[in-house]
Order: sequence, then structure tokens, then C-alpha cells
Amino acid sequence: MNAVLPAERIARVAGYGFTSAADGYLYRPTSVEEIREILKTAREAGRQVTLRGAGRSYGDANVGAECVVIDITRMDRILSWDRGTGEIDCEAGVTIEMLWRHILEDGYWPPIVSGTMFPTLGGALAMNIHGKNNYAVGTLGDHVLEIDLLTANGDLLTLTPADARFYAVVSGFGSLGIVTRVKLEMKRIHSGDLRVLPLSARNWDEQFEVFERFEKDADYMVSWVDCFGRGRQSGRGLFHAAWYAGEGEDFSATLRPEHQDLPDSIMGLVPKSAVWRILKKFCNRTGMHFLNWAKYRSGRMIGDGKEHIQSLVAFSFLLDYVPNWRKAYLPHGFIQYQSFVPKERAREVFARQVEMQQEARLESFLGVMKRHRPDKFLFSHAVDGYSLALDFKVTRSNWPRLEALCHRMNDLVLSAGGRFYFAKDSTLRPSDVRAFMGEEALARYRDFKTQVDPGGLFTSELARRLEL
Amino acid sequence: MQYKHAIVVGASSGIGLELVKQLAASGCRVAGVARHAEKLEGIPNALPFKHDVTHYGEVPALFQQITKELGGLDLIVYSSGVMPAVGAHEFNFEKDRQMVEVNLLGCIAWMNQAAIRFENTKAGSMVAIGSVAGDRGRAGQPVYNTTKAAMTTYMEAIRNRIAKYGVKVVTIKPGPTKTPMTADLHLRGAMDPAKVAAIILKKSRKTGEHYVKFSHRLIFYVIKRIPSPIFRRLGL
Repeated sequence: MNAVLPAERIARVAGYGFTSAADGYLYRPTSVEEIREILKTAREAGRQVTLRGAGRSYGDANVGAECVVIDITRMDRILSWDRGTGEIDCEAGVTIEMLWRHILEDGYWPPIVSGTMFPTLGGALAMNIHGKNNYAVGTLGDHVLEIDLLTANGDLLTLTPADARFYAVVSGFGSLGIVTRVKLEMKRIHSGDLRVLPLSARNWDEQFEVFERFEKDADYMVSWVDCFGRGRQSGRGLFHAAWYAGEGEDFSATLRPEHQDLPDSIMGLVPKSAVWRILKKFCNRTGMHFLNWAKYRSGRMIGDGKEHIQSLVAFSFLLDYVPNWRKAYLPHGFIQYQSFVPKERAREVFARQVEMQQEARLESFLGVMKRHRPDKFLFSHAVDGYSLALDFKVTRSNWPRLEALCHRMNDLVLSAGGRFYFAKDSTLRPSDVRAFMGEEALARYRDFKTQVDPGGLFTSELARRLEL
Repeated sequence: MQYKHAIVVGASSGIGLELVKQLAASGCRVAGVARHAEKLEGIPNALPFKHDVTHYGEVPALFQQITKELGGLDLIVYSSGVMPAVGAHEFNFEKDRQMVEVNLLGCIAWMNQAAIRFENTKAGSMVAIGSVAGDRGRAGQPVYNTTKAAMTTYMEAIRNRIAKYGVKVVTIKPGPTKTPMTADLHLRGAMDPAKVAAIILKKSRKTGEHYVKFSHRLIFYVIKRIPSPIFRRLGL
């Protein structure tokens, strides 16, 4: 019989959407040496290991039923920072928030940030996250100089972009080993503010037209889509382009963190900590139909086409604007669904996806569109095209219908040559992954997996579901 | 929501066997723990584990092995129980010790493991099969009554510790049930174990102590309140 694990280590961990929860033996090590000990313990107990950063992946990538779960959030030291070159060396549990707070006053900003500042770098690299500037500067992995990878047998490998294995580990959803250290290059900036231009779009044609108009020039582009818009108004929403400001300035007070910190109340009246409770009252089909309509109308009436200044934090981390917003989806949580479609087919696919939701009466409560470019990472999600990210509320009874809807949308995306993103996924099937990855790429993954983790120590519910 | 992963301790006969069958039929992966685990072979979704509940030292490792093989745990039911025939003037310590070991200490050994797990995961249901026999000390079965009363008190204490985390801590007190344990007693009006098992599963989601029949609840409400000097004279 296998060795017994300390019973008190058991804990329920969940993906960010609450829909995937599983019990595992949770460890939060502070050093590579401690991780080696934990791997040994797991092996003696006959358990597999699941890796977890800040738990920001929406689905089941950061949970592993009955696994030893290694949470790297206590490995959060910044090892060195060179304000001359913009190179920063960190432990992998450092979050995007820690990063920007550390470098901003020296006139730097992370080249890639997600819509929330809380992911760890380790988690962000496992998913190879992108930002609202993916079409211009690629993914986080494109800005990494070096990583340390702790393999299943305890070896510490240093990988650089010159090594083919680097492109599998980054994007490899934590299935190949533990990234314990990351060295990456920050972007030089001159102001903590961005120039932001909002443009209301009345339909899909206008959405795609504004993305095309600004893609050569804007530093960031993102658009909100109202998934309740029908007929000629299908695809209506609000597009934002943004540019770095303050070129030529040496230092600006806007580079101070206190300029960036988000206010703790809305209009000085409603404490933000209470907003999710209010939002919860609207978190149903009727309420969200109304809120989406109100947002669209107010976007047309207020500020349409008028450039304004916004802090980097306020523009970049929209998801952090309402703390605990995900709790509005309780008790059953929500799933994210994001598909990436080549530019030639994106309009048709997204329009059909929204129609399918409306036919099923399962409209996404939030739709977000972005522009992307392909990259050479093994499990790349990006294409030369667009993505549409959708939030679907899960209820006591809608799961079978919702899952079927997602599967129909998957088929549509695959027929258009599209791809998917594991950080957002809850509904892909193994056949979907084979279809968008291709057998050759999967064979390369399996080869590398066999090399670095021959015993199959690392897994997750996502890896199990997708047979990876 | 249906249970997905369950353990039934004392699974090879009586109420325990019925629980395994019903859980398995609902699609739940259920581990049946019993000395005669071979009796569970052939039940789809049921994983038999051979174990004598008086081997307390085996429990922590076996509990972890089972939860690993199940892939999680939502429900544990402790259903092991013995009630050897005891004569009206018999004071047999071996029989008494057997009842304490199986009915009470085995329960504590398994439920302690479940309590540690559920306190940390803040989820799960733990169900102990007590008995109406534990409601009073009666002349016929002094130690059987004692074990069921002690089990009820133990479960109440666990409930007071961890129900606040969302864990369901449940004691079910069946009345006479047609099981191998009571076969020799020729009980009148004994309930069918399948029916009792179905009621147990229904009540397993509600923290507290439950009788399986409303009539039992009424009758034992009264019986529990009869003053001891009067109860002694009733010969119940």
C-alpha cells in the first residue's frame, strides 16, 4: 500500500468560474527544494501532481481530483530588476500586479497583461496569456528571456527561446513540469496613462471596420459585444483603441502607483465591495438583457468618438474593477468560452455563434472581442484573426443545453480553421483538440512529455478531460 | 445533485448492501467496505474493499486509497452493526465488546477520517446509521442501546464541530428493519431494507437526527420523555 499523505492537507480547489471543483492535497511551497520534497511525497503516495498559480483559469486547468496540488503563490520574490535594460528576474509565483508595482516608477510596464492583474507568471506562461495588444506584440511567452523548469524527476532545466522545448513548456498548461523562475523583458513607457478612444459599433460590420481601421496604429484594441443584439443590430457594442501617452517625457507623476490605484467606490457612493451583490440581482437573462442594452445605449450617447485619458491600470484590468464580480454567478458559477477565428471567417462565425445562443435562449452575459496574430508556441490559441470571449451563467438545470451549445459552437469554429484557449475552456472534447492542434503537433507534445515526465506525474482535470 | 463518489462501510448485507445498490444504480461510484466484500462483485459502479472495521489502524490508509480510486468523496455512510442475541440475564463481555468495537469504535475510526476531510473541503455528507434502540436504555439489549446512543452523541458532537462549514452530518435512526442482523428476532412490522435505504439517501442531505418514519418520530418523542422510574415499570 502507498504512503499516507497528511489528511489535513486535503482542500477543495476550484477554477475561477466555480464550475470545476475538486479535492486535492494542497501544498504551497516557498522554494525549489520544497517542491522537490513534495514531488517525492506525491510519488511515495502514488499520487499525480496538479500545478496551480493564482487559480485564475476559468475551467478545470488548475484543479486535479485526488492529486497533490502545488500552488506556487508563495514563490513570489523578485530576484533582480535592471532599470537600464528592463529585464526582470522573478520567481514564478510573482503576479502581474507585483510586477507592475515593482517597475512602474522606473518607467516600465509589463509588455503583456491579462484583463486581471492577479495571475501568477507561472500560470500565465502555462497558458501563454495574451492582452489587448496581442495583434501587435504577441503573447507573454514572446517576451520571456529565460525560464527554469523543474521536471518530474527533480532536475532543474534552464530554457531559453533558442530551445525548442521552451515553446512546449510555455503554453503547455503545466503538464510538462513546474516553471519556478521567469526572466522577462519589460516595456519602456513614459506615462502611466493611455489615450483611449471609444467608438460605438452598431453591428458586426462596424465592429470589424473599426478593428481594421486601427490595427496598424493603436497600441491596444478591445471591443465589448452585446450578445442580446439581434438582426441588423447583431454584434452591436463598444470598441476601444488606446495608445501609450507621454512620449519624450522622462518622468511623470502618473507613473506612481497611487495614480493607478482604482477607487474603492463608484462615484464616491457605492462601495465596490458591495457591487457584486447588486450585480447578482441582475444576473439572469432579463437583467442582463437590460444591462447590456443600457451599456450599449450609454456608449452611443456618452463619449462616443471622444478621446480621453485613462490610467494603465484602469484600462488594462477591467475585470478587477468590480471586486469578486464572479460571485454574482453563484451558486452554480459560470463558464468562459473563447474561440479564435481567422480574420476571413470571423465575422460569419461570431454572428452565427450569437444567433445560436439566442436560438438556445442561452445568451452570453458578456462578450469581448479582440484581434490576434499567430505565434509559434505548441499549444498556441492565437490565429491571424479575432477572438470572441463569452461568459455563460451555469444554473441548476441548464448545463446539458449549455454544453451542447458549446459543442455546436466548437464545430463551427473548427470548420473555419479556428483555435481554442485552455485558460478559458470547460467544454472541449479530445477530438476538438486533435482537430485544431493537428496530429503532428500532438505527437511532438507526447514525445516531449515522455522525455521530461515519463511516469505521467503532472496532470490536471483539463489534461484528463482532453486526454493530454 | 446526485452523489458522484460514496463510501458505504458495512456494505455486504442489510441496509448497507441496499445503499450500495441504490447509489450504484444512480450512477454514483461507490466503494463498499466489508469483511465479505466479495458479495458486491458484479454490481456495476461498485468497488469492493475487504476490511474488518475492528482493524482501526488500517483505516487512514484505506480511506485515502478509496478516495483516490473513487476520484473524490461526497458521501460516507457507516452502516456496520452487530446485535448478537443476549439473554435476559446474560452479561457476556465478549458480546458486549464486539458491539462496542463494531457499532461504535469502527464508526469513530471511519467518521474521524471523513470529518478531517470534509472540514477541510467544506463539503460532503457523513451519515451514521444509529437506531431508535439508542433512544433509551432498555432491559433487552443494554450494550446495543449504549453503542447506538454513544454513536448518536458522537455524531452530534461532530455536527457541532463541522456542520458550520457546510458539511452535512446526519444520524438516521431506523426502527426494526428486515436484515440478517434481526433475522432471528422475527420482528413484527419490520421495514424493508431497500425502502429504508431510499429514505436514508433522501435524508442524507439534511444535517441533523432523523427517524425513517413519521410515526417513529412521534412515538419516540414520547418514549424519550417518559421519566425513568415510570419507564422502568413499563417493561418496554
